Formats: sequence, C-alpha cells, structure tokens
Amino acid sequence: MSAGAEPLLQVEDLRVEFPTEDGVVHALDGVSYQVDRGATLGIVGESGSGKTVSSLTTMGLTRSQGARIGGRIMFEGRDLLTLSEQEMRAVRGNQIAMIFQDPLSSLHPLFKIGDQLAEAVLAHRKTPKAQARRRAVELLELVGIPEPQQRAQAYPHEFSGGMRQRAMIAMALANEPTLLIADEPTTALDVTVQAQILSLMARLQSELGMAVVIITHDLGVVAEMADDIAVMYAGRIVETASAKLVLSAPQHPYTWGLLSSMPSLEARRDRQLVPIPGAPPSLIHRPSGCHFHPRCPYAQPDHARIDPRLEDVPREPAHRVACLLPAEQRRGIWSQLKLGLAPTEANELAAAQHASATRQEAGE
Amino acid sequence: MTSYIVRRLLWGVVLLVLVSALTFLLFRVLPTGEPARLRAGRFASPKVIAEIRNDLGLNKPLIVQFWLYMKGIFLHLNLGYSYYSSASVRSLIADRLPATLSLTIGAAVIWLGAGITVGVISAVRRRSKLDRASMGWALALISAPEYWLGLIVLYLFAADIGKLKVFPGAGSYVGLTSDPWGWFTSLILPWLVLAATNAAIYARLIRGSMIEVMGEDYIRTARAKGLSERRVVLRHGLRSAINPVMTILGLDIGVLLGGAILVETVFDIPGIGRLNYDAITHSDFPIVQGTVLLAALFIIVANIVVDIAYAYLDPRVRFS
Repeated sequence: MSAGAEPLLQVEDLRVEFPTEDGVVHALDGVSYQVDRGATLGIVGESGSGKTVSSLTTMGLTRSQGARIGGRIMFEGRDLLTLSEQEMRAVRGNQIAMIFQDPLSSLHPLFKIGDQLAEAVLAHRKTPKAQARRRAVELLELVGIPEPQQRAQAYPHEFSGGMRQRAMIAMALANEPTLLIADEPTTALDVTVQAQILSLMARLQSELGMAVVIITHDLGVVAEMADDIAVMYAGRIVETASAKLVLSAPQHPYTWGLLSSMPSLEARRDRQLVPIPGAPPSLIHRPSGCHFHPRCPYAQPDHARIDPRLEDVPREPAHRVACLLPAEQRRGIWSQLKLGLAPTEANELAAAQHASATRQEAGE
Repeated sequence: MTSYIVRRLLWGVVLLVLVSALTFLLFRVLPTGEPARLRAGRFASPKVIAEIRNDLGLNKPLIVQFWLYMKGIFLHLNLGYSYYSSASVRSLIADRLPATLSLTIGAAVIWLGAGITVGVISAVRRRSKLDRASMGWALALISAPEYWLGLIVLYLFAADIGKLKVFPGAGSYVGLTSDPWGWFTSLILPWLVLAATNAAIYARLIRGSMIEVMGEDYIRTARAKGLSERRVVLRHGLRSAINPVMTILGLDIGVLLGGAILVETVFDIPGIGRLNYDAITHSDFPIVQGTVLLAALFIIVANIVVDIAYAYLDPRVRFS
C-alpha cells in the first residue's frame, strides 16, 4: 500500500443487515479495507462470510433488498452510501464495474452478446448505436475472442464457458472503469480456463491501470492475483496483510485452515489435507465471543466470551489479525502446521515449547 | 426449420381428418333427432321423409357419406349444406367469422395489455397493498363465470336495460365495414367481459414469471451495468417473463376463434359460437361439423404458430 496518496476505494466500518422473518442477518459487521489505484485486493472466505455482500453494497445493489447499511464507502472522494439512486447508477458500470461467478446465468440468454455489450456502453455514453456496436466488437477483440465481428452476433448459449466469462469481462470494461470487482470470476470454469481468465485479467489490469477487488474462496486465485488479502469470516475481516505475508506467515487459525485444506502440487503425497471442521455459522445467530471459536482447534474457554478486535501483529507492519491467542503461540503453531502436523499435535507441541520458553525466561 | 414446419403442417392435416371422422361418427352414432324428419315439417308423410333422406344422401352407407364429405372438403372446400336452411355451411361460417374475429382479437389486446401492466407492477411491488389488491381482484375475476359477468355488465351499463345507459347492449353488433363506430361501441362490453377472466389469469402468470425472472443473475448484471430500473424491468425482465405467456396466448386465441359461445350468446353477437349454438339446438349436423372442424383448424394452426414463434422468441430453442 503506497503511503500518502488517497486510496481509490476506502471502506470504513461497513455494516449491512437484512431484516428477515427469521431474524436480522448480520451480513457485514464493521468491515474496513482499502484499495489503491491500480492495486489488487483479494477478499477470501467461505460462502456466507459476507464477501459478496460487501461488493454488492459497494455497487449499491443491496439497497433494493431492504438492507440496513451503515459505515462509509469512500470512492474517488465521495461516500457512495450517501449518493442518490440516480447518482449511483452513473457510477455503476461506469467507474466501478463488476463480473460475476457464473457467466452463463449472468448474461441475458435472449440477447446477442454484441447487443449486451453495446447496451453497457450506451448506458453511460451518448453515442450513436452503430458506434456502440463497433465498440462492442473492439471490446470482444480486447478480451481475446477470435472473429469478434461474427461472435458479436452470437447468443450466450453459443459461447463456451471461458468465452462467456471473457464476454462478461469485456462488458465490465466497456466504460474503462477505475475499479473492477470480480466475484468468484473463475469458480464456474474449468481449471485450464481459470488460468486463462486470470492471466487475461492481469494483462487487462496492467494495460488499463484499473484497481481490482477479487472475491474468492480459492487461495490459489488470490496467490496469483492479489497485492493484499483480506480474510473474511462471519461478516468480519479476521486477517489482513500483503498477499505475501498472509500466504507465508498467516496469523489466524481460520487462515491456517484455508491454507491446510488447499491441495498443492509441491506438497508431499502423504501430506493430509485438513478440512476446517463444522460449517460456517448462521449470520442470524452468530456464536458468542470470537465467532470462529466453535470450529477453532485452539480455542480456550474464555474465547466464547471475549470478542477479538482486529489488531496489529507485533513486529509485522500492516498485518492485522483478530485472534485471542497470544502472538507467540500463533507463530509456534503455524511453524508446526507448516511441517505437516495435524492441528492437535501442533497445538500440544507449540504449547510445550511455549511453556519451556517461559520456564527458561523464569530460570534466568 | 422448413422441413419441421412442413412436417407439422402435414400432421395438422392428418389431425383434421381424424377430428372430422370423429365428429361425423359421433353425430350419426349418438341418438339425436332424425335430420330428415326435422326438415320435413311436423306432419310429413313417410314418403316425403324418405325423399328427403335420399336428397341429403343419408341412405348411403356411412363410409360412402364420409368419403363424399371429405372429398367435398378437400376438393371444393365444401362443408355441406345446412339441414335447416339449406344454406352453404362455408358461406354461413364466412358470414359469421368477422364477428368472432373482432371479438377475439379485441379482447386479446385488452387482456394482454391489462395482464402485462398489472402483472409487472404487482411483481415489482411485491407484497405491497397494490399487489395484494390486484391479486385479490384477479382471483375474483378468474372465479366469475363469463355468462354471469356478461349479464351483470349488461344490467349495469347496457343502453337499453342498464342502470347506467352507457354502452350499446345485447344484439347491437354491426359489421366493421358498415359502421366502424357502431362496431367499436357494440363490442366494448363483450370485449371487456371476454378479456376479464383472461386478464386476471395473465396478470397472475406474468407476476409469477416476472418474480422468478427478476431474481435471475442476468438481472443483477443489467443493474450492475448502470441501466435504469425501468429498463431493467421492462427490457431485461419482461422480455424473458413474456415467453411462457406467449405460448398460452396463441392457444387461447386459437380456442376463442373457434367461437366464444357464452359471450356471443349473452351479447347476441352473430359469430361462430352463436352459429354453433343455434345449430346444436336444431340438430343441424353439417353446421356443427363445420364449426367443430374450424375450431380444430384454429387450434392446430395456433399450436404450429406458437412453436414457430417460440423459436424466434428464444434463440436457445432453435438449435436444440
């Protein structure tokens, strides 16, 4: 994060609640993050962690669902939450664009691809239709679709999955946004196509100089794309730092869980994948204290009572974590987990080391 | 696509032959009045009746009668002659068709317009008071029988017997070419009555279809593009939601073109339905047969048109 210059997007203490018949869904509970111009932020978490809600709220698309929204979303010097629907519409698809998980269901099945792209242009620019159509063909070419002139006349069902996502990206880029939000852009695609889409996004980002927020449950995707990572759990950010730090020296047990449950080609074959036990919590009845404690192998009795705050990790600048374990113990556990130990073994070993270190300190 | 259409048309012809065979058989097997006797008058001698039977070809074997009937239809478009008035069934139908056509098309325009408007507004303002009120009314209209609604409307608004003498009442129908204004005003009440039930059904259909479509991912995309809500609803939403309704519209129009018997009878409109009704009361087989065949033709054609139209409405259908 470059110091001094104002970030492109600054989300401050964002809260989103949906009143429902079963109770209030606390979709976002005081989320803050920022994205600099041209930078990439990866938001990681399981489904239901609030990552999609945060981006839809940035786009002003949760208002219609009767959401209660608090906090601030500063974008290019304006708080998006204070804009009228009319002003917000001028931002959507223009300065901020978004692509979605499933490109087949996200494209209108009854309109030609070219027309859908042209419509995105015409939504924000007063240009003749013919010119918007030419722009649509240009955009298809930009995202690497062969024979764009003919393909513009095709319908979404005539495209392959990867082509459709390229078309979605082309649509998002129609008005050269300064911020692109990509919500699980590769989840619905084949693995080989995933890589193509990610490299396409990286190329377009450097060519057009836009900032990207990439939302995913797949740490592999953020490892490839992101400068910074925010890990979300139950509507909160539980860990945030540069991508390098989060991937090499993660601090939160949930992040460890995500990393250990991810297959890797480099890892030894006999290394076991460790799933995170349990299911994501209900956002209506959230667990008390640390929301992660029911699933945390290292939780202590008082963690069900105390609500951790997002705090700086000692000696690591710009690395923040919301965990009640002592920093020393966290370092110890992660160093054991990295060697392939199961969480319980790692915990015991780390506890023993911690105890002996304390004894030594006391003895001297 | 062309071979598909040709195949469908040929099947349609086969179906029409089957329908006519069935009606032909039905009216000769089931006990009804003896046509020759009906025609001969009250005190006819057996000899006269036998002569008439001979004239009408009723003493030939059934299969020969059917063959002659089919030959007449396919070679000369001849549907036979009324037992009652001796008039050509074809010309009788041709005389009555404009009234039925006027009634059906006008009503379809009204119910489609009203159904779409109410359905879309109800879907967009789901659970609002407006939505609840519209859907309550829709339920009431769906439950109201046409003839009852027709009589109520006549009682309230007909120029002759109504409480408020606003619109021309029963029996006021005139042809479009002879008096356009008279044609229009005479059809206002029948149109409204015929459209009411369908408008209610269509409003509910479109509401349901619209609610489903508005939850689709591509609607979110349309909003994310920065389109106005109006454009999102009317262009992206309605365009998808209208498809299933169009299928039903074709069939509904097809059915009504075969004669809206109840409404035509209540308002005394000289249409196909009325022709059929009168023919049934007179045991006038050739006319009943002709109108049944016409109704079957309209339904078959409507089916084919709907299938072809669907391929144009939904590009995904064309290739699968």
